[in-house]
Amino acid sequence: MEKRVVFRSAWLPYALLAPQIAVTLVFFFWPAVQAVWFSFQEQDAFGLRTEFVGLANFERLFRDENYLASFGTTALFSSLVAFSGIAISLLLATMADRVVRGALAYKTLLIWPYAVAPAVAGVLWAFLFAPSIGVITYVLKQAGIDWNWIIDAEQAMLLVVVASVWKQISYNFLFFLAGLQSIPRSLIEAAAIDGAGPLRRFWTIVFPLLSPTTFFLLVVNIVYAFFDTFGVIDATTQGGPAQATHILVYKVYYDGVKAADLGGSSAQSVVLMFIVIALTAVQFRFVERRVQY
Amino acid sequence: MVENRPFLVALSHAVLVLGVLAVAFPLYVTFVASTHRLEDIMQVPMPLLPGDQLVENYSQALAAGSTTGSSAPVARMLFNSSVMALAIALGKIAISIIASFAIVYFRFPLRSFFFWMIFVTLMLPVEVRIIPTFKVVSDLGMLNSYVGLTLPLIASATATFLFRQFFLTVPDELTEAARIDGAGPLRFFWDVVLPLSKTSIAALFVIQFIYGWNQYLWPLLITSEEDMYTVVIGINRMIVGGDAANEWNLVMATAMLALIPPALVVMLMQRWFVKGLVETEK
Repeated sequence: MEKRVVFRSAWLPYALLAPQIAVTLVFFFWPAVQAVWFSFQEQDAFGLRTEFVGLANFERLFRDENYLASFGTTALFSSLVAFSGIAISLLLATMADRVVRGALAYKTLLIWPYAVAPAVAGVLWAFLFAPSIGVITYVLKQAGIDWNWIIDAEQAMLLVVVASVWKQISYNFLFFLAGLQSIPRSLIEAAAIDGAGPLRRFWTIVFPLLSPTTFFLLVVNIVYAFFDTFGVIDATTQGGPAQATHILVYKVYYDGVKAADLGGSSAQSVVLMFIVIALTAVQFRFVERRVQY
Repeated sequence: MVENRPFLVALSHAVLVLGVLAVAFPLYVTFVASTHRLEDIMQVPMPLLPGDQLVENYSQALAAGSTTGSSAPVARMLFNSSVMALAIALGKIAISIIASFAIVYFRFPLRSFFFWMIFVTLMLPVEVRIIPTFKVVSDLGMLNSYVGLTLPLIASATATFLFRQFFLTVPDELTEAARIDGAGPLRFFWDVVLPLSKTSIAALFVIQFIYGWNQYLWPLLITSEEDMYTVVIGINRMIVGGDAANEWNLVMATAMLALIPPALVVMLMQRWFVKGLVETEK
């Protein structure tokens, strides 16, 4: 879409764009180019000498079992976060759409976790699940479950999933509620007159009509689990135990900052960039289709 | 409501109440822990009713920090977080609104090139270019400074899109009328576009304030001095080891202080928040 009426000036548009473009060039393009450049280089341990090694970093990366395992961890983590987050929020949003009384109060009380930083969410849940003093740990012990996420890989994964889902529920909830409210009442009434019960109406009318929202949220939640959960992981498990929660983003940080492997970390950055580009492309293709329904 | 089914309504309320309680439970335990002495929290199970140490814990955290972990006062961290959140929110709004004004209201060479340049930044979140961005900021001598904390996060494709989308809905008649009355582009921007954009600005402000306040990876990398910690970083610096080694009462008081400002922004500005959330995703 274009404006019919525009202004004319030889310099003003450039001046208005200058701040945005300057920041973009210095802090986005220049580092991105450097990431690609570093990924073709190898540095010695002291950072004194660098050598151009072509694709060697990538080769090393894809032969590294830890890196391949990290892909698996990320896939497991993001699908758990996306599916449980979407299921819980869909349930809550469907219920909130049904009730008339107190709808606003429920909404207000369900959306605030969006404001909590992922790292803080991690700390809250790590405290509840703390192996010796946690409240939930205590309840689990009473029930005969031995809980210690510091040494148990599956429990560590569960902890970061719970903390990440908890923070994301409010976001999914708001989008589902908006989606539900845009479904024409007449459709539901017609089905009710034909004798379809609430459950049947949900699965044959509401859920299919919500599918654009669900798909959109699926992509958003995967992106969230890929990148924004860095804080949750760093505040709780730090990738452990035995790399059980070492997701890709955490590995880029760990290898680059803690292990000072510039070439390897940059090669991972480049791989991640391709993943982001793919996810963004999926999201945008879909946005165009979403308009129709 | 389509039909009257009292049982279903009751069930809906039950599920919602359960959901609200489950969502609020971690916050409640955090609050309770922040009102007790450390010894009380260390007892298993810890008390689940608020204690009497509220004032003591919060004033110690605000003024002095913890004794086992970072000893930076949390009041300073809250100040840093506020500076960061406000600078990012206002900076993003300012540079994107003028950039999208240029893109929508002018025809000039390289217009779509610049647009795509901004668009591509969507695909480069900080997390994927951590080390090189850190290097650039360090080369520019911006480590441990407010400029270093905020400037690299200020460019935003989403804000630019939001404003572009909105400007495209502003009727051309307004522009024509302004031009007939002899208003130049800047006058038109200031007197017509800016007042019309108020709601978009408010919505964007809420979202970006929370984004800035909750930043973690970036301040973690570029702040090494306690003076420059944001509160989210500060909490993690207070946690030093296993369960018994931390002053959980102070950590939890700091966690409350870290999450109250953005949670208040969300709940009090709910209308703008929902609008911002939905629109930035378009």
